[in-house]
Amino acid sequence: MSAIIEVKNLRKEFGRAVAVDGISFGIEEGSITALLGPNGAGKTTTIQMLLDIITPTSGEIYLLGKLLRSHREEILAQVNFSSPYVSMPNNLTVWENLATFGRLYGVRNLKKKIYQLAEMFEISDLMKKWTSSLSTGQVTRLNLAKAFLNDPKVLLLDEATASLDPDIADKTRKLLSRMQKERGITILYTSHNMAEIEELCDRVIFLQKGRIVDDARPADMISKYGRKDLNEVFLHIARGDNESLNPNI
Amino acid sequence: MKLHRINALLIRHLYMYRRSLPRIMDIFYWPVMELLVWGFLSAYLTNSNLGGINIVSVLLGALIFWDILSQSQKSVSVAFLEDVWERNLLNIFVTPLRPSEFLISTAILGIIRIALVSLVMGLLAFFFYSFNLFQLGFALLPFFLNLLIFGWAIGVVIIGIIMRYGTQAQILAFGVIFLVQPVSAVFYPVSALPYGLQIVSRLLPSSYVFEGMRTVIAGGEVLSSNLLMAFLTNTAYVVLSLLFFYGMFARAKRRGLLLKLE
Ligand SMILES: Nc1ncnc2c1ncn2[C@@H]1O[C@H](COP(=O)(O)OP(=O)(O)O)[C@@H](O)[C@H]1O
Ligand SMILES: [Mg+2]
Repeated sequence: MSAIIEVKNLRKEFGRAVAVDGISFGIEEGSITALLGPNGAGKTTTIQMLLDIITPTSGEIYLLGKLLRSHREEILAQVNFSSPYVSMPNNLTVWENLATFGRLYGVRNLKKKIYQLAEMFEISDLMKKWTSSLSTGQVTRLNLAKAFLNDPKVLLLDEATASLDPDIADKTRKLLSRMQKERGITILYTSHNMAEIEELCDRVIFLQKGRIVDDARPADMISKYGRKDLNEVFLHIARGDNESLNPNI
Repeated sequence: MKLHRINALLIRHLYMYRRSLPRIMDIFYWPVMELLVWGFLSAYLTNSNLGGINIVSVLLGALIFWDILSQSQKSVSVAFLEDVWERNLLNIFVTPLRPSEFLISTAILGIIRIALVSLVMGLLAFFFYSFNLFQLGFALLPFFLNLLIFGWAIGVVIIGIIMRYGTQAQILAFGVIFLVQPVSAVFYPVSALPYGLQIVSRLLPSSYVFEGMRTVIAGGEVLSSNLLMAFLTNTAYVVLSLLFFYGMFARAKRRGLLLKLE
């Protein structure tokens, strides 16, 4: 087993607040892993540290076998990211945006690549539209298309599948799953959609208050806590008691 | 350093400039209006025969040169702000793009803007007031280069200020250049300043450029020692602005601000 993402004692303090409290984990190449946890658990901070957008207070991050701190450029060329809290320039067309990021990643045969991805994410007929005119779901698909421009080996998604309609959400899940199977792409992602995580993920890392409180396969986690699905597991761990089984709540 | 990444950012800005009226106005509208107002005023003053030197030329030269400085500054800071306004900063910096590549692309953008502005202003000044920018001869090159570099350094500092204080500081940030104006000897010689400010003025590359411009228009030669001083002080400002920028960039990464700037 080779860990394509390796995090050791990663810690992030913002002033006195501890956002990530010394976590360690390794992620196997070609797997899909969910970072799960309540709001403020430290998921976004962790993902941003993996992208070198936030500097850790301490700890080490290895991506693709190399230390991120000293191999940023080389690593980021093979990584991509998507999240609805980031947007692409509204004053460019969809095509111009994809072309810009394609150039930033140095994509070869850019035109072909863009049309392929557009087809995949069903945004082909939006190419000439202003990005500002897209619906939330269309923007999400554009963001996802961007995330595949450089054929990433590692894909980090922060709530990237939120605000997709059930049809597109389903297609996106199938696509992510296909990418994993066909290209061996490694995906680490956060989502609040428990059913999606159950369907898609090989593994769930549960974060709470900056610490890893559990780490298992979704099915194992469900049976371990004796719940019927991941949603209940989430409520159980997040609330730290049996409230989740109380029908009055 | 990768050219394709610098290129990517340049093309991105050209996409926008190509059809964005406010951005085109920013390049052409104000400079042209200033040129017309001050040009006609100085033509009027010359006709009413005040003093011997060619007021029209001196004023027009000053206007054009000042615009070059401020266009250069704007190219840098606005290029950064575009990404902040569009919440695109993170997308940009999760690519392998280096901050230095980002800064170089803004410098090239500055050169393009300067070329456009000086072309339009130069032509207008020629047709309306028979002011020939090229009478400045080869000195034009070091003059423009120094204004470009100094404007760029100011723009880089402004980016640093915005990273430090957020976009609420953007209006303040754009004021930085007007702090420099009175002591840059734009419209009057350094000797017109009180002594203390003369010293400040001597520490700014812009003052050597504006003084040099007037000297050449009056038929004199620019001293190479003055050009050297311009380049030397400029080098110092570039170094300082980069130190400030990288310091603020690192701070923003420590505090998770790249995500939050808007
Ligand atoms: N830039 C920041 N400055 C200060 N505190 C922050 C910053 N970013 C996140 N935090 C804090 O760190 C904790 C973890 O946040 P985050 O990683 O966004 O959680 P999640 O993505 O799991 O909801 C929260 O308490 C949040 O308030
Ligand atoms: Mg989050």
